[in-house]
Amino acid sequence: MSSGVDVNLENIWIKFGDFVAVREANVNIKGGDFFSFLGPSGCGKTTILRAVSGFLNPSEGRVLIGGKDMAGLGPNKRPTALIFQNLALFPLMKIWENITFSMEVAGASAVERRKRADELLDMIALPGQGDKFPSELSGGQKQRVAIARALCAEPDVLLLDEPLSALDLKLRQHMRTELREIQQRVGITFIYITHDQGEALTMSDSVAVMRAGVIDQIGDGHAVYDTPATPFVASFVGENNVFRGKVSAINGDEATITSNRSGELLSKITPTAVGKMKVGDDAMMFVRPEMLQMGEGDAKSTISAKVLNEEFEGNTYSIYLEGEGGKQIKMAMPNLGNDPHKAKGDMVSFNYNANNAVVMPAGDLASE
Amino acid sequence: MKSNILFGRIALGVYFLIFFGYLIGPLVVMGLTAFNSAAFPSITPWQCFTYEWFGELFKDERILNGIKNSFIVGFGTVILSVSIGLAASLVLTQVWAKWRSTYYTIIIAPILIPGVVIGISTLVFWRKVSDSLGGVAFMNNGLFLTILGQSTFIASYCMLVFVARLQRFDPGLTEAALDLGASHTQAFRKILLPFMRPAIASAAVLAFLASFENYNTTTFTFGSYPTLTIELSQMVRYGINPSISALAVIIVAITVFGALALEVYRRRTKLKAGEIKPAKGLPSWLYGNIATILLVLMSFTVIGMLSTAQSYSPQQCKADFREARDLETRLKIEALQAARAAALAEAAANGEATEDAGTDAPAEQGGSSGAFGGVFAPTNLEDAAGQGDGASGGAAAPASPFGNVFDPTNLEDASGTSGN
Ligand SMILES: Nc1ncnc2c1ncn2[C@@H]1O[C@H](COP(=O)(O)OP(=O)(O)OP(=O)(O)O)[C@@H](O)[C@H]1O
Ligand SMILES: [Mg+2]
Repeated sequence: MSSGVDVNLENIWIKFGDFVAVREANVNIKGGDFFSFLGPSGCGKTTILRAVSGFLNPSEGRVLIGGKDMAGLGPNKRPTALIFQNLALFPLMKIWENITFSMEVAGASAVERRKRADELLDMIALPGQGDKFPSELSGGQKQRVAIARALCAEPDVLLLDEPLSALDLKLRQHMRTELREIQQRVGITFIYITHDQGEALTMSDSVAVMRAGVIDQIGDGHAVYDTPATPFVASFVGENNVFRGKVSAINGDEATITSNRSGELLSKITPTAVGKMKVGDDAMMFVRPEMLQMGEGDAKSTISAKVLNEEFEGNTYSIYLEGEGGKQIKMAMPNLGNDPHKAKGDMVSFNYNANNAVVMPAGDLASE
Repeated sequence: MKSNILFGRIALGVYFLIFFGYLIGPLVVMGLTAFNSAAFPSITPWQCFTYEWFGELFKDERILNGIKNSFIVGFGTVILSVSIGLAASLVLTQVWAKWRSTYYTIIIAPILIPGVVIGISTLVFWRKVSDSLGGVAFMNNGLFLTILGQSTFIASYCMLVFVARLQRFDPGLTEAALDLGASHTQAFRKILLPFMRPAIASAAVLAFLASFENYNTTTFTFGSYPTLTIELSQMVRYGINPSISALAVIIVAITVFGALALEVYRRRTKLKAGEIKPAKGLPSWLYGNIATILLVLMSFTVIGMLSTAQSYSPQQCKADFREARDLETRLKIEALQAARAAALAEAAANGEATEDAGTDAPAEQGGSSGAFGGVFAPTNLEDAAGQGDGASGGAAAPASPFGNVFDPTNLEDASGTSGN
């Protein structure tokens, strides 16, 4: 199978009438990468994918696949295959005919197609099921047929539009690993769309986080999770505690903010904002629940609060706290066999390592 | 309370009886007339059981020609209206979201326009087109005009069928096909068309039936190619015989056969899909299905009829019947002659014959007691019918205001008299 080719989006704008669905998207995807677009519903993920696969033309900008400008090429002329949000298996064709549809339209003989279908059915662990109809398969099986059908076209780039969203949790987790394995086996570029951050982080080499038509940040899972570029990314990817305030001191890549309700707090400045913040700016500081621990620490990274509630979640305890002025804070502690067991209403102190907190200019948060 | 319920049930039963009698009665009566040897479609009096009208039917050049034209027009209309309807429905559901309702109104309008108007306008329009091009022969051809005229509104019916089906089509399937490298033509042929196949079949049947039975549009456009409906209506004007009933029997049989076969097929598919369970205690091919049983019964009936038709001959019966009728006629004539003689004798005895009335026939003088003079005197009518008018007969005393105008025996007598 062909090895992966690069996909580049250069300054893409996509408008529907006056409505701007995608704004100034610049994305460079390395050949053979598993690349994800992550964002809430309606942020323009499908729209970008449709521009890559050729179902719509960007109002501005260029789509390059393998360095070639795709302008004016229809979906049937592009080296891409799209797995649709609803799979779009052909209901009147048998599974093997579905899988080898791309060969049929290219004029391959039935014998050839049947042989290829059997190979692919083996690969997706559905041997001998070729003569069924799509309606006779389970959700997960249909999923795999859709993947096989796309792979049969031998695309250079496989585009996947939330293919797992219709599956239940167990199957979804299973399919994640399976997809990742398939991708590594065939070695082609995967562009994957999801609004599930867990999916994006576990599978991707790179993630683009989108918000209302704008790409906020592109990076690997760590970059997106540990050093979010905007408050939106910080609050959309994983859970986060946010502290609002004003910058009171800056020291290289560290800054101190005077928070509205929790006093002076020290943290790293997120890499993209280093050098762009000044004393007195509105700022937001984020620290993840699992980065908090009980006990007093440095004065500028210790907060005291009242215990509201404690929840046991198997591998972790979630402790909900209320700081000064009703400030809600969540803390997560690994279950190490010793229940922290704080009584409701207790006053506790907890702290964080300033290296594990990020501050950035204030902005919009992801709505809950 | 109980009696109320009982009453309700009875009322419902009676209602259904009347309703189905109303629906099916005429068909049954017509069907029976096809097997009666009487020369006018009738069941009373029953003369002789016969198949001769079927033979008659297949000897009638005009009917056969009408059937042929109807089929030609039918197939032409099916092809034209299904294609137009399909194209129109595709345009409606896939393109031009803004103009959809306007477009829909325009395309649906022919259904609301009277067929007569469509017929006339088709005729006028193509004549103009033909004239302006210096006389193009095929544009004035009856088949061409009839197919175009009928398709004008039948295509709209087809479109409605297609739109209903298309609404359930996922356009994502076409996109998926394109994405997998299919050209637009391939995507249409391999994805959309197979999906539309059941709708195309129903639309084709619908179009054919609508075309086959159409009269009011065709009557303006048929030119020198009269279809079956046109032929039938012309025949009614010049007198009909039961071969028309025979044709009706054949058409009804084919229709019922088709409907039953379809039902059986559908049941079997459902059974295969496990949607219904086979009934116990019956051979598996029957599946306890009424449609199947009826289908089998009907096949046997048809086979039985075809085989008896080879050997059975109603000649003896017909001869007997004719003899009986001749006898009856003779008796009637004698009775009338006696009556006339008696009347004449009476008139002579009264000596009331005046000079100015002398030009009139004496018999009419005799009948002057009736308000209409002797116009309805049986002998006159007998003669009139004998001359081939076939209007009415009044040998027996008229019991209803129409006399026995519709009593076929009279006609029978009439033609019998003329034949003698
Ligand atoms: N054909 C269209 N015409 C007008 N607006 C459109 C069209 N397609 C999409 N949009 C708008 O563009 C925005 C982005 O849509 P898109 O389908 O890309 O969302 P998405 O990120 O894929 O969401 P989801 O996760 O729910 O699938 C939405 O606000 C949508 O209403
Ligand atoms: Mg989408």
